[in-house]
Amino acid sequence: MDFEGERPIFLQIADQLREGILCGAWPEDGQVPSITEYAVNYRINPATALKAVNLLVEEGLLYKKRGVGMFVAPGARQKLLESRRQSFYKDYVEGLVREARNLGLSRQELARMIERGFEDGD
Amino acid sequence: MAIEFEGVCRSFGHTRALENISLRLEENTIYGLLGSNGAGKSTLLNILGGRLLPGRGRVTVDGEPAGSDKAQARVFIVGEANLFPEDMKVKKAFRAARVFLPGFEAEKALELAKEFGLDTRKRVKNLSTGYGSIFRLILGLCCGADYVAFDEPVLGLDARHRDLFYRLLMEGYAARPHTIILSTHLIAEAANLLEEAVILHRGHLVQQAPTESLRGAYCSVSGPARLMEEYLKDKRVVSQSAVGGLRTACVENDGAPLPPGLERSPLDLQEYFIHLMEEKDKEEVG
Repeated sequence: MDFEGERPIFLQIADQLREGILCGAWPEDGQVPSITEYAVNYRINPATALKAVNLLVEEGLLYKKRGVGMFVAPGARQKLLESRRQSFYKDYVEGLVREARNLGLSRQELARMIERGFEDGD
Repeated sequence: MAIEFEGVCRSFGHTRALENISLRLEENTIYGLLGSNGAGKSTLLNILGGRLLPGRGRVTVDGEPAGSDKAQARVFIVGEANLFPEDMKVKKAFRAARVFLPGFEAEKALELAKEFGLDTRKRVKNLSTGYGSIFRLILGLCCGADYVAFDEPVLGLDARHRDLFYRLLMEGYAARPHTIILSTHLIAEAANLLEEAVILHRGHLVQQAPTESLRGAYCSVSGPARLMEEYLKDKRVVSQSAVGGLRTACVENDGAPLPPGLERSPLDLQEYFIHLMEEKDKEEVG
């Protein structure tokens, strides 16, 4: 995995874990990679990996089995879907509109493009 | 348990290599010792390893004076120096290492030699530059000391061997937590391994901070000179430069929206380091 230079790595690993849960790579009650695996495979400080995992524990997406490792919490996928839907406006729509304005695209033109996106995607 | 530098100074003739350095290196932490050539990194490590005496101040390892037998048993510095008779064979050197490194893992050293493709039947003096470095790196990776410092560890290593070194370093750290000090100017490739950065500049300690807090904490903002002038009025500027009418400045990343016409890009550790050093160089001149 290549990390972007500017964002804290633990946030990037947390994102990757969330993506993995969302797409089903790590099913609920399935084990996720250990801190050591992250440190060795990605050549990162274990404290960084630990921070990412702890973040997901706080969010209720992972749970710890003592002496065994970290597992995906039941309901984690649903939880992620809901929070993604909630932040969709802020994450995508705001930026989309800002860029459309910068480029001088009208409201109607943008709406037509979104329509087209749905059609092409079907 | 820690390494402590208190008010350490060291000169060589008229050159002041270290100026009043005070810092604390905790146990089981990975530090990056960063600085340009001549910043004092090697002097600092040589004092820690007991090969040099500080002119003033004191250095202790878990409370024991650096250079004392007790401190020497806890610290291992991987540098240029060869610790073995030159015509000794690599294999024999690994077996002999226990004499001065009680925790040395000779079996592991032989395995690592295989991974690196180091011929252990060769004499130490006959190793190429690259394999000479690899030989010393293996000593560091297997030394079993509580505090291990690597002085420019990957110089002369090809990309594959550098990557292998970083992997083995993390494997070793996971299996046996200890303090690792990586002195390097190849910041970009080591940045992710480091928990904390210690930045030296011309013998001064410029900054000691968690690397995560430095990533993206600063950004470069650029735009037309007249807009930049207005924008930078109330900002603390780390460094700035101009190309024609375009001005670029390194400032703290406050995340606030920028005035139209200006662009921001966050800096990684290496970029931040470069800006910081440029600024420090200007201060010296000015």
